Amino acid sequence: MSDQITITIDGRQINVMPGLKLLWAALDNGIYIPHLCAIREEIRPNASCRLCFVEIEGSKHPVTSCTKTVEENMVVKTRSPRIDRLVKTAFELIISDHNLKCNECPANKNCVLQTIAKERGLRLKQKRFKSIVREFELDDSPEVFAFDRSRCVLCGQCIWADRVEAKVGAIGFTNRGIKRMVTTFKDLPLADSICTQCTLCVDACPVGALYYKKDRKEAGS
Amino acid sequence: MQLVEGEKEVIIACVNEVLKEKEKTTENLIPILQNVQARLGYLPSLAMEMIAADLAVPAADVFGLATFYNQFRLSPPGKHQVKVCLGTACYMVGGKIALESFERRMEIREGETSVDRLYSLERVACVGCCTMAPVVVVDEVVEGKVTPTRVDGIMLALQENGDTKKSEMKTDLPDEGEGKNK
Repeated sequence: MSDQITITIDGRQINVMPGLKLLWAALDNGIYIPHLCAIREEIRPNASCRLCFVEIEGSKHPVTSCTKTVEENMVVKTRSPRIDRLVKTAFELIISDHNLKCNECPANKNCVLQTIAKERGLRLKQKRFKSIVREFELDDSPEVFAFDRSRCVLCGQCIWADRVEAKVGAIGFTNRGIKRMVTTFKDLPLADSICTQCTLCVDACPVGALYYKKDRKEAGS
Repeated sequence: MQLVEGEKEVIIACVNEVLKEKEKTTENLIPILQNVQARLGYLPSLAMEMIAADLAVPAADVFGLATFYNQFRLSPPGKHQVKVCLGTACYMVGGKIALESFERRMEIREGETSVDRLYSLERVACVGCCTMAPVVVVDEVVEGKVTPTRVDGIMLALQENGDTKKSEMKTDLPDEGEGKNK
C-alpha cells in the first residue's frame, strides 16, 4: 500500500488514503470525533456544527477535522482543553434550542447527541444559554414517518439525502438565525409537497426529528 | 396569499420577461428575484416556482433564499402599509407592544398581508425620529408615541378610509395558500 500516507492521531499511527478528510480518517480507524453535519461525499463540507475540532501540530488554532485533508506525517490530537471548551460550547448551543424530552423521543438511546454527550462527558442539559425551544406543529402527513422540528439540529443530513441520494429536492433550509428550519416549498406539509416519501431522509436523521411512526413513543410512557 | 383576478397572467408575463433578460445561472438567482420583486412588488410563489424550474434548482432552495434575506417579501404590499419601528429606542419604549397590537387588529403576523390585501404589516429598524418613540409609519405618515389605544385609532381611520375601496378587490384562483405548518 505504497500510495497511503501515515498520520498520527492521539499517538496512534494510522495509514490512510491521501485526499481523505481527517474526520473520516479518524472514524475509519475507530477514533471518535464528535460530528453532526459532516457528509463523507461532500466536496466542500459546511462545517456548521462546530463539533469536530481537533488540534494539529504546527497549526496555531484548532481546526474542524471535516474540512481538513490528511497530510503526510500529520500529528493530530482529538482532545485538549481548548478543543473540549469549543466542543462544549457548540454542543450547549445546539441543545439550547433542542427539545430535550428524551424519554418521549423515538431516537432515545439511538441519538447522536447522546453519543456525543457520552463520549465527551457532556450533559444533555445546559444553563449557560437561554433555552429557546420553539413550538412547531408536528408534520405527520407522510404515511410512515413524521417530522418534529423541535428536535431538529439543522445538520442538513436530510437535505443531502433528499437532494443527492433521492434526487427529489422537496426540502431545504429556510429563514435565518433562530427561525431557521428545514421545510418544504411554501411550508407545505410533506405529503402536499413534491416529497416522494422515500424515507431516505428519515434514515439520515441523526436525532429524532424525522422518525418512523412505528417508533413513536406515547408521551409519558 | 390568493391571487387577484388577472394577476396570474401578469406574474407569468413578468417572470418570463425577466428570465429572458438574464442568463440562466444560479449566480443570477438573486438578481432575478430582485428584478421580479421590483416589478411585482413582491415574490409570488408562482414566480418562485417558475424561476426554480427555469434555473433547474429545487423550488425549496428559491424559497429558502427568499426567506433568508430581509429584502425579499413573499406577500403583496397592502393597500395600507404599516411599518412598526423596532430600532433600539422604539424597542425600549414598547415598539413590540405596538406591533403586537397591530397583529391582533389586522389578524396577521409581522411580514404578512391581510387576505383582502388592505393591510400589510412590517417591522423596520429606525425611521430616524427616535424622540417620538415608539414610531409607526402608516402609508408614509409618521405616527409618534404609539400606544395600543393609538393603534386602535389608526386602525379605525384606515378602516373608514378602506371600506370604500374594499369592493374593488376580488380574489379567485384557490389553493395558492401560504402553507399550514408555520
